[in-house]
Amino acid sequence: MNLVPIAARVGAPRIVPTRGIPFPAGDPSLDPEAERAWRRRLLETALVAVSTEVHKPTIFDPMLVAPAPA
Amino acid sequence: MKVVHYINQFFAGIGGEDKASTLPASREGAVGPGRKLAAALAAEGHELVATVYCGDDYAASERNAPAEILALATEAGAELLIAGPAFGSGRYGIACARVAAAASAAGIPALAAMDPSNPGVPEVAPAVAVNSGDAARHMGDALTKMAAAAAVLAKGGTPGEAEGVIGGASAGARRNSLAPLTAAQRAVLLALSRLAGGKTTEIKLPDFGHVAPAAPIADPREAVVAILTEGALVPFGNPDRLESARAKHWFRYPLTGRDTMAAGEFQSVHGGFSTVVANADPNRLLPLDVAREMEASGEIKALHPDYLVTAGNGTGVADATHFGVEWAAELRRAGVQAAILTAT
Repeated sequence: MNLVPIAARVGAPRIVPTRGIPFPAGDPSLDPEAERAWRRRLLETALVAVSTEVHKPTIFDPMLVAPAPA
Repeated sequence: MKVVHYINQFFAGIGGEDKASTLPASREGAVGPGRKLAAALAAEGHELVATVYCGDDYAASERNAPAEILALATEAGAELLIAGPAFGSGRYGIACARVAAAASAAGIPALAAMDPSNPGVPEVAPAVAVNSGDAARHMGDALTKMAAAAAVLAKGGTPGEAEGVIGGASAGARRNSLAPLTAAQRAVLLALSRLAGGKTTEIKLPDFGHVAPAAPIADPREAVVAILTEGALVPFGNPDRLESARAKHWFRYPLTGRDTMAAGEFQSVHGGFSTVVANADPNRLLPLDVAREMEASGEIKALHPDYLVTAGNGTGVADATHFGVEWAAELRRAGVQAAILTAT
């Protein structure tokens, strides 16, 4: 999460905040199944991001963008 | 002297991004911006005998491209080589830099023209880098400076500031000088100035330039997607010796035949965070398991068969910019429409 302002500062156009520097595509506090669901949510959010027109660094929050888990 | 001019596919009139993979080729005489250059060189008694051109993607990402381009220039009888102007264009600048550097190393005096912020600048040596300005509106001035610098080179001289040569000290370079006040006094004065709405500073913040966002993809289900990381995730044992900090390299490793990043087969050699959690499940750095699932379900058309990796840890901005240009060129050539890069 604390890398987000840096990414925006250097001009990364599409940014998906995650939960920790050592595990950008995971969350070791979750059990394996829930962690995999979280990773899926991150990728779904990333696909929404690359499908969205942006003009400046834009944050896509995985808790708001991706569909709710079934 | 016989001069050969190097330009990209765009200035050669071949085409834009759709022609960025054009292979190196040669034409007699001047082409495009080379015409004005030829006229300026003729006034000094030099002849622009040929123009060598190449697509930017090929020129900037194909390892042998500079040598192939130089071979065409040599075939055309080059006694002096001029590359560019590339202005702020990254791939074109890198190509010009490498071609000029290769020529110079082969004993052919050479110069490359580009903006001082171009990621190609650090690769121009031992050739000469001439400041072209940042955009094509400076074309006229740039060609004049290039011809002047070429004339000096042709006489065996060293072009300098008068010919627009980019010096070792960039605009942001710092020089030592004696300040009349102590650091504490200056800090207080700066704080007071700031409180009064001032913007005085002793150290200018770096300018990262502007990154124009790529157009969105129409539909991920029709897209080839790449997964990339700067988390220094490499095959176990780090066979290519990726640096753990201040990386000067990036690598490409195959994902073909893999459905997951298995623990024990990959490891992060990043020196900026504890890698224990990532090494226990490398999908936490490179989300291959879910990406494969999305490929199988049709949520994306296909996953790019390789992943690209470097170590983002104290990496120089110029190096990182460079890696970005090379990654973009490589992915574009491979037909990738979208990239997901994990950052640590």
